[in-house]
Amino acid sequence: MSLLIVGTVPSEGVPVVEGTCILRDGQIRIGHYEFPVNRGTPALIAFACEVARLFGIDPPQALLAGDIGKGDGSERVYSRLCDTVSNREQKFIVFHYLMPDVQWLGRIMIRVQDLAMRPTMIADAGFMYVAKMGGMAPEFDLFTPDVGEMAFLADDSAPHPFYTRGFLLNESLRIPELINMAYQNENAARYLLVKGKVDYVASRDGIVAEISEPSIENMEPIGGTGDSLTGIVSALIASGEDIQTAAISACKINRFMGLLAKPTPAWGIKDFLPFLSNAIQEAENCP
Amino acid sequence: MIKKPRFLDKVAKQLRALGSSDNGDPDRGLLLFTNTSDVIKAERALKKENLEISVKGPPPSVRTGCDLAIEFDLNVALKVAHILAEHRIEPLNIIPIKDVLLEPVSLFQTKDYGEFLMVRAANMKITIRKADARIVNISGGGCPDVPYLADQLVGKTLEDCPPPISIGQTLCGYALHLAYEELKRSCRC
Repeated sequence: MSLLIVGTVPSEGVPVVEGTCILRDGQIRIGHYEFPVNRGTPALIAFACEVARLFGIDPPQALLAGDIGKGDGSERVYSRLCDTVSNREQKFIVFHYLMPDVQWLGRIMIRVQDLAMRPTMIADAGFMYVAKMGGMAPEFDLFTPDVGEMAFLADDSAPHPFYTRGFLLNESLRIPELINMAYQNENAARYLLVKGKVDYVASRDGIVAEISEPSIENMEPIGGTGDSLTGIVSALIASGEDIQTAAISACKINRFMGLLAKPTPAWGIKDFLPFLSNAIQEAENCP
Repeated sequence: MIKKPRFLDKVAKQLRALGSSDNGDPDRGLLLFTNTSDVIKAERALKKENLEISVKGPPPSVRTGCDLAIEFDLNVALKVAHILAEHRIEPLNIIPIKDVLLEPVSLFQTKDYGEFLMVRAANMKITIRKADARIVNISGGGCPDVPYLADQLVGKTLEDCPPPISIGQTLCGYALHLAYEELKRSCRC
């Protein structure tokens, strides 16, 4: 598999770490570094690793650094990516928890646009924010926003979900309208996977799928359920599935994990990993 | 030792420039900082001195990424500068407000899970167990301090945990703080 996951880990003092990811004993190992699978980029990696193992493809590669929100680790990651993206073999890149920075976005995109073979690019979390803010959203192949982030993508004036105008967060405004607004304003990737009570998979042509079952209310408060979804869909795409099919499958798999696990709102995301294999089977059997 | 208040000179120059411009004598200014962490520290320091300030989104021409700025009354600019100097916080710049500023999200959503209660502010969610007000989960957000904040807060009670604003660095951290405050209000009701 030629999947590269670019993000951060919530520790100070972790330098740029690069290499093949191994999921073992509830930890992500990259070289001699270990990271717990609580939420964030390590959670995304864990689920991508497990999908890769189950589908018999190579584990993902990662490019990470420690960042507790000061932006220093993100900057190191941006810099390394900028220096190396032209020579990388990965066909698929996932951008995750990174401090939004339009200048670094610009530098990276200039190099990506010069590549003979542009990689498939998936963005979630902070990098999705900066992709939208920097006017580069249409350059991406998949965004995976939640409902609040979908409102932010729809709001042409918002540079961050924190500033999304209230009327867009109102439940009465339907997600399909927000999706339409995002595409009209060129603030959406080629595909959107909107995670929520109902998951939507959409493209510029409109909604291509709505997934609402099984519905597990207790999943929403659990930190990392969006990261698991992005990890699953990324690995499915890297395994050869087209983006639309992979997005629909990933939504079902994430939901079936919830159904099989029967979590309380106090669960952690790593508690779902043992249910992933059966959830994939259940999703395959679900029309 | 208190840092030399270089910003005092900067404020004085800016105020002179504002006075000689034809901006229609704006009475509100905007403090811009190099990072969100400084905004959070400045807000805390200025509010402690009972100054009327508010956190806003800077105008598009000066945005760089994960931005916050502080709107304040230009009439108290020097007092603001003194307070910031005292706290060793040096803003990047001061500008008059000519554009309509972005308002932070003010809409909260509360969801009752029986044994648990969740509050959402913007893209951030925080969930407690009602019995002991212990934080059991933090979700949403996309800035790199979110996983760090979750590590620091989950497992602690609302009373025992550090306020998210004290260790958060970004807009997501700030949104989490709003959700935390709303949750504390809900628990008092």
